[in-house]
This record gives sequence, structure tokens and C-alpha cells, in this order.
Amino acid sequence: MSTPTTTVATPLALAPPSPARELWRDFRRNRGAVIGLVVLGLLVFCAVFADLISPYDPSEQFRDAALRAPSLSPVGGHVFVLGTDPVGRDILSRLIHGTRLSLVIGLVSVGLSLSGGVLLGLVAGFYRGRVAEYIVMRLMDVMLALPSLLLAVAVVAVLGPGLANAMYAIAIVMLPHFVRLTRGAVLGELAKDYVQASRLAGAGTLRLMFDTVLPNCAAPLIVQATLGFSSAILDAAALGFLGLGAQPPTPEWGSMLASALEFIQSAWWVVTLPGLAILVTVLAFNLTGDGLRDALDPRLKR
Amino acid sequence: MNAAPALLEVDRLTVEFPAGDTSLVAVDDVSFAVGAGEVVGIVGESGSGKSVTALSLLGLVDEPGRVHAERLAFAGRDLQRMSAAERRALLGGEIGMIFQDPMTSLNPSFTVAFQLMEAIALHERGSRRARRARALELLKDVEIADAERRLEVFPHQLSGGMSQRVMLAMAIACNPRLVIADEPTTALDVTVQAQMLALLLRLQRERGMALVLITHDLGVVAEVAQRVLVMYAGQIVESATAAELFATPRHPYTEALLASLPERNAGNRRLASLAGVVPGAYDRPAGCLLSPRCPYVRDRCRASRPPLFAVGASLARCYYPLGAPPQP
Repeated sequence: MSTPTTTVATPLALAPPSPARELWRDFRRNRGAVIGLVVLGLLVFCAVFADLISPYDPSEQFRDAALRAPSLSPVGGHVFVLGTDPVGRDILSRLIHGTRLSLVIGLVSVGLSLSGGVLLGLVAGFYRGRVAEYIVMRLMDVMLALPSLLLAVAVVAVLGPGLANAMYAIAIVMLPHFVRLTRGAVLGELAKDYVQASRLAGAGTLRLMFDTVLPNCAAPLIVQATLGFSSAILDAAALGFLGLGAQPPTPEWGSMLASALEFIQSAWWVVTLPGLAILVTVLAFNLTGDGLRDALDPRLKR
Repeated sequence: MNAAPALLEVDRLTVEFPAGDTSLVAVDDVSFAVGAGEVVGIVGESGSGKSVTALSLLGLVDEPGRVHAERLAFAGRDLQRMSAAERRALLGGEIGMIFQDPMTSLNPSFTVAFQLMEAIALHERGSRRARRARALELLKDVEIADAERRLEVFPHQLSGGMSQRVMLAMAIACNPRLVIADEPTTALDVTVQAQMLALLLRLQRERGMALVLITHDLGVVAEVAQRVLVMYAGQIVESATAAELFATPRHPYTEALLASLPERNAGNRRLASLAGVVPGAYDRPAGCLLSPRCPYVRDRCRASRPPLFAVGASLARCYYPLGAPPQP
């Protein structure tokens, strides 16, 4: 119809960037996020190659070298770069192996929590105003009303102490956040016409849930999952510290802190170093999560 | 109207939404028919029940909304006798719908090609390559420049007019016999509106589709529709051919709508308007729903609700139709 505008060929050089490339472009602009990502990369490396890069076995006790301060000079033929703990285990090796545990804790708890939360959130969002929504959301409200650590302790008390049970407890504690987030995003998307269009074309509820709506709710969930990693690691450390998480001699950072508590005055390294490891890991996840949020949030886009 | 059975038959359709102990009647006793290849305009101001009418035909009114009708049929098949899933399976290929807001009517997570090919797959299997070719053809059909490249684009990379064209392409992907366009041009700027409308009409004529055009723009209806339904507060207040409606409006509301067109107000300093708003759930008058706003209101109008009367060649829901003797 309007020939002058339609026949002019648009320059092909302006091909829009793919979503992944666009995400990376926006992410890279945030320096803190890039640093966080690099640290995460290092942590993953440590976790994967823990057996190769740690100087000693994490449970091996050097009886004559207990509570040795960090130093590069050898003690009885062994070098303890970050010192040893009260029973003479090499702290560096324990920290490296602890990375593996922390990441697994984060992965498992967030994975469980995310999948359960997405399912419940989808149900609550799609069956808005029905019984299903009330049951799910009121249950989540009750869970949110309890202090998270207290709830985790209560769950572990029921399941019994241990690393696996601590992970389940953390997953349960984080569940309401994922449910609420998913439900909120689902409600926002359901109001849009493309959902109606999809229903009109004959899509059933399951297809609408997982094919049509869920991909559009992914951005906030990815961010929450990343941030959830850090709170899972923190909570696991707290449970470990309380003796409800990983049991000795597992080199978990929280329980390392707990077992060295009595030496806090005399040997600074036994508590400082695991604490620092937790701090750095949590910070890296938070920085990455923030960066992801900025890159994924369309309101912050130019 | 047509001698052949109508494509879409709607008889005494009512849609209610419970609100506390009363209920909001969004669509009140609406009956109409759309013949094959016919263009019917539904006009009315915001809240008059135009969109809900369309959604209820398609079975898209959600809980807690309730839909009743004497008869709701498409191509002779009773839509109320089938399950929601059957109805969607039938309508998905036979009825296309275009929505008001082009920015939300495409799924932001998938490319144009993906969504078009999905729509095509509804009724023709075919290989990926064949469907892709067909998607390209559709994009060209809706006059999208540089269609080849637009296939790989995500909805947020399209302008509003462009998205609306893609939406139209999806709506016609299955060669539907009826297209329902719910304010297809409202969100577009004026120049694009005209193009979009021309395109819609061209496709309608070429493909012999029936078109139900929901709008609050009488100007659009005048250009396009053969028959017009004027809705007010969920009721049809006047039903007439477009020519008849514009020449001799029978209902005071239609007259007021026509009087408020800028084209008819050339030289006036103020645009004519009807004071007041459409009654909601709680302030529905006992008599004629227009009575609080009607310039010709009489006692009888306030006392009881008028049914639809035949006035000349039109139907009008008024005891005192314009340019005709009062109803007994």
C-alpha cells in the first residue's frame, strides 16, 4: 500500500543481537558482576579438581603439627600454607574440599526448592481464586512467618542431623520465596493477550503452564536462584555450626567454624579462614545475581 | 439477512461475574448472527461488554464468570454441547482472533517464525521447511517489509504496527472462516491504523472470511462494516445495516455516539458528548439503562426496561425510537 516505505530495503547490518549475546553485553557492563562470575569460576574449578589441587587429604591428621599457624616453612617435611586445625588437619585442603560441598549444597537445595516452587507457583497462579491457590499460598505464608533458621532447625530436628537432611531443610525454607515469585510472575503473564491467543489456538492447561507462560517468568527465577545459592550456603554453614548439618570429619565450612570455636582467641586462622571462604563465596553469588538481575530486567535496559 | 444458515449464531447470550452478593452483568441478553463472509461491527464505549461477548463465544471467560445462552453455534455446531477442549479444538482453526494490545499479544520468549509455525502446525502437518515457507508467505501477505529477516526476530524487536501484522498473520494462518478483531487499531497511531484496516479488509475479501470488528470508533465501522451492533452496558441497543445506522439512527444512544464524532462537529467549539458514565454493577437503573443519560427520557423509560423493537429495517431498544412513532 504505502509503496515508498515498504520497497526501501532496510540495511541488513542492523540485525538485532541474539538474546544470549544481549544478556552478555548488559552483564559485562557491571564490573562487580564480572568479578563475581570470575570468582565463581575459580570456586567451580576448586570443587571439580579438589582431589588434584589440595596438597593433603582433608581428613589426614598430622598429630605433631596441631594448630600450626599459616606459614611457608615446612614442619616435619610438610608445608601448611594456611595452617592446621586442632587435630592437625591441613586447613587449605579442607577449604578446597569444602568448596565442593558448598556448591553441592547450593545446587541441591536451590534445585529442589526451585522445581518445587515453580510447580506450586504455577498451580497457585493458574488456579487463582480456587481452593488450590488458598491451600498453597496460606501454607507458604505460614512458612514465611517463621524465622528461616528456626524453621530449618525444626526440619532437621524432625529428619535428623546430617548433610543431606540439612539440604532438604534449606530447600523447604527457601520454597515460599520461589512459590511467591513464580505466582506473581505467572499472574502478570496470564493477563497478557498472547496467553488468550494460545488458549484460543487450543492449548491445554499444562501446555499453557510450561510452554507458554513459564519461559516468560524465567528472568526473576534465574536471579532468585542465583541469590538463593548464597543463602543456601550460609544456612548450611549455620546448620553445620550448630552441629545439625555436616558431621565431622566432613570438611564443611560451617562445621569447621564450629569445631574451632574454643580456639578463637589463641589461633585466629582456624575460624577466620573458613569464615572468609563463606564470605567470598556468598559475595560472589550475590554480585553475580545482582548483575544478572540488572541484565535481565527490561526496565533497566536502554 | 442471509438465507443460508449463519456462520455464527448467538441467541440470548448472558455473561455474569458474581461480585459479592450481586453480580455484574457484563453481557445481557445479546443475540446476533454473522453470515459467512460478512463484516459485522460491534461498537460501544468502554465497559459496554464488547470484548466479553467475543471472549465468551470462544469459551475464554474464566471462573468465576458464568455464560448462559439459548444457542451458541458456529457453522451449525452447538458450542455449548461440547467440552471446553473440543470447543477449542474446533475454534482454534476456524476462528482467528486479533487483540487490542499488539505489545502483549505475541509471546515474548519465542521468535516470530516459531510462533507462526506453531499456528500453522495446528491444521497442516507438513515438514518444518514447508511450514517455514508458509510462515514467510503469511508475513508477506500481511505486508511486512523484509519478511525474511523478520522471521528470526523476537516480539520486543518489532514495532506495534509490525506486531499487529504478525498477530494478523497468526490469526489467518489456519484459513479461518471467522476473524474476531478486538479493537485491532486502538493501540496504533493514526497512519498505521488506516493501513491496518485496509489490510484487514483486503484479507477479508480475498479469503471470504467473516469479520467481527469490535471497536469504539464509529468512523472505522462506517468504512468497513455491512452491519453494526451498538452495545451499551452489556445490551444491544441498536442493530442495523451500516448505511441505515448512519443515515437514520433509531436509538438516542446511537445518535449521541454519532453526534460525538469529530467529523460531525466541524465548526463547533465543543465536541458534543453525553453526560454521565455507563452504569456499573451497583448503579443499574430500574428502567432503560440509558435513562439517566438520555436527553429524551420520559417516565415510562425510568419505570421499565424496553425490549428490542423492530423500527423500520433496524432493531432498537427504545420506547421512543427516533424518527418513528413511539412503541405501544
